[in-house]
Amino acid sequence: MTEQNSYLDMDLLRFTTAGSVDDGKSTLIGRLFHDTKAIFEDQLEAIEKSSKQRGDEHVNLALLTDGLRAEREQGITIDVAYRYFATPKRKFIIADTPGHIQYTRNMVTGASTANLALILVDARNGVVEQTRRHTFIADLLGIKHVAVCINKMDLVGYEEDAYEKVLRQYTDFASRLENVTDLTFIPISALKGDNIVDRSENMPWYKGPPLLYHLENIYVGSDSNHVDARFPVQWVIRPHSDQHHDFRGFSGRVAGGVFKTGDEVTILPSGFSTKIAKILKGDQEIEETFHPQSVTILLEDEIDVSRGDMIVKPNNQPKVSQDLDAFLCWFSGSKKLTKGGKFILRHTTKEAQIIISEIRYKVDVNSLRKMEDIEGFDMNDIGRVSLRTSQPIFHDTYRRNRNTGSFILVDPFTNETLAAGMLR
Amino acid sequence: MQNYNLTHLEQLESEAIFILRETAAQFERPGLLFSGGKDSIVMAHLAAKAFSPAKIPFPFVHVDTGHNFPETIEFRDKFIKEHGVQLIVGAVQDSIDRGTAVEETGPNASRNALQSVTLLETIEKESLDACLGGGRRDEEKARAKERFFSHRDAFGQWDPKNQRPELWNLFNGRKSPGENFRVFPLSNWTEMDVWQYAKIENIELPNLYFTHEREVIDRNGSLLAVSEFVSPRENESPKKEKVRFRTIGDATCTGAVLSTASNLDDVIAEVAASRVTERGSRADDRRSEAAMEDRKKQGYF
Repeated sequence: MTEQNSYLDMDLLRFTTAGSVDDGKSTLIGRLFHDTKAIFEDQLEAIEKSSKQRGDEHVNLALLTDGLRAEREQGITIDVAYRYFATPKRKFIIADTPGHIQYTRNMVTGASTANLALILVDARNGVVEQTRRHTFIADLLGIKHVAVCINKMDLVGYEEDAYEKVLRQYTDFASRLENVTDLTFIPISALKGDNIVDRSENMPWYKGPPLLYHLENIYVGSDSNHVDARFPVQWVIRPHSDQHHDFRGFSGRVAGGVFKTGDEVTILPSGFSTKIAKILKGDQEIEETFHPQSVTILLEDEIDVSRGDMIVKPNNQPKVSQDLDAFLCWFSGSKKLTKGGKFILRHTTKEAQIIISEIRYKVDVNSLRKMEDIEGFDMNDIGRVSLRTSQPIFHDTYRRNRNTGSFILVDPFTNETLAAGMLR
Repeated sequence: MQNYNLTHLEQLESEAIFILRETAAQFERPGLLFSGGKDSIVMAHLAAKAFSPAKIPFPFVHVDTGHNFPETIEFRDKFIKEHGVQLIVGAVQDSIDRGTAVEETGPNASRNALQSVTLLETIEKESLDACLGGGRRDEEKARAKERFFSHRDAFGQWDPKNQRPELWNLFNGRKSPGENFRVFPLSNWTEMDVWQYAKIENIELPNLYFTHEREVIDRNGSLLAVSEFVSPRENESPKKEKVRFRTIGDATCTGAVLSTASNLDDVIAEVAASRVTERGSRADDRRSEAAMEDRKKQGYF
């Protein structure tokens, strides 16, 4: 394959970063961007000018995505910033989340679509509260790969001891995590460029790859669930034309597993069974489909199927229940979560009403301690609740499938998104 | 075991199609903002794929400044005919005639900002509750904070500090009467992704995107094409150059770049080597640091 069309073979890695200005995160992202040519001259010129106007000593890379006037005026990042860069091997989407205001809401949002969490630890300070908080949220949101960058190695004389100390601290704390299966430690200096793109000559004791190589090569393909076939119906295609008179196609994005032409399937909630007659991707017929492809499925028998229904396999069905047990992250600053609260639930392509039947406990994201006997959740609280839905929800545990195990709660009056939930 | 991996373009395509279908399902009367530029052409191509073999289940909306490159309109009409969709045109001239928009005066006058007025009037007249736009987060810094489903109040205003969080594949399009949404299926695409996708999908694009000889003038660092809307001023001397456009917008503020790229492979190679963003040639973004944010708050795309 020539250099020219190597993009035909590129894949995609979504990762999340978190932290405040002084831990070197901006410097790190700036270096990745600079070294992969993701920053352009007019952008650099514009932020150089702004940095100078603001009296910053260094070029402040946050200005690249802190595009809102309020953000620039206050020198803070308000929201998750999505940043993009690519190497010939991979395209990267970084969900860069601010470490202060509404940190839980932003970290949870950023982590919800990420495959990897990049966690920065200052080699001088070791594991601190923010490290634990970010790790806990990454784990809660089902991220399997964590890359811990032990930064500012230049300030500790590039000593292996300093690296080992942080590694031990972190490993000790990470033994309690549920989902993280792949933990990688890389000693770096974002400022000096050690172990970012090229292997550092200052740390010959480190035998692993530099960060960019790790990000380019880490295998995330097996993170998707290719076992439990789930197809939430999103939209029904009925052309109403002479050419496609009897055409009825069920469109959606495969939420898990693999579907093949000829497979026996069951439709929920009706319970009817039939076979897959055809799978279409655009106007092209394909033999099989898997997560996260968007396709259209045609069935052999005429069965009533509509948005919110789910196509599954008869011998592997999701849980069907009106009583749900979930971890909930509460986002709203204007409304409190209390027992008996009524909301709208969005789960896959389905919408239902719910009532909070029990608030079980809240987790202190800094100490990871459970706090029971609480009245409710305030903004940024995370904890375990039980809820009752107005109709059965077809679901899996979040741990087994992120797509069929996640939901959001919406305020029936203001239509705001109030909370994110993960089913247990 | 079988290889169940998708390339980055396949993943972006699947995500965009999901968003397009979600828009059709969650809204009563969506419209697709179609300018004849490459992003809206790619979005329209994805919409055709999303609902095949049925027709695209919503109309296309063109907010027409009247300052078009003739090639754009030709391309638009051909595309509409081929796909059998309805076209709604909201003309900035009509807003000016009605007195709801006032033409800018002065040396850098442009109808770009007036598009917001016409867009909001069109949304109201046609009762559109969602407008699909080809905006991408990599384009401009105010867009970097934009949601896939972006809520607008009854005045068409964007409140960037109070956006709904978007998690997983769950999009909240609920709204009160009079409010509407802007939806951006290409949010996660970069300029490069758009060109690469156009190449692998064989998408036809207006010839303005490829090299051609044209009379241009250098104004405030932008190479503007000489046309019935842009004429040289006293101190400006038009030159014939080999140019192409990286973005296509209003003819009065879309700058050309010097280029010999004659096909998509050349363009991809050129973009890969380029050190300036595509909007670097847009005079409308150069007005001030928050130019885009201010226009978006007022209802811009």
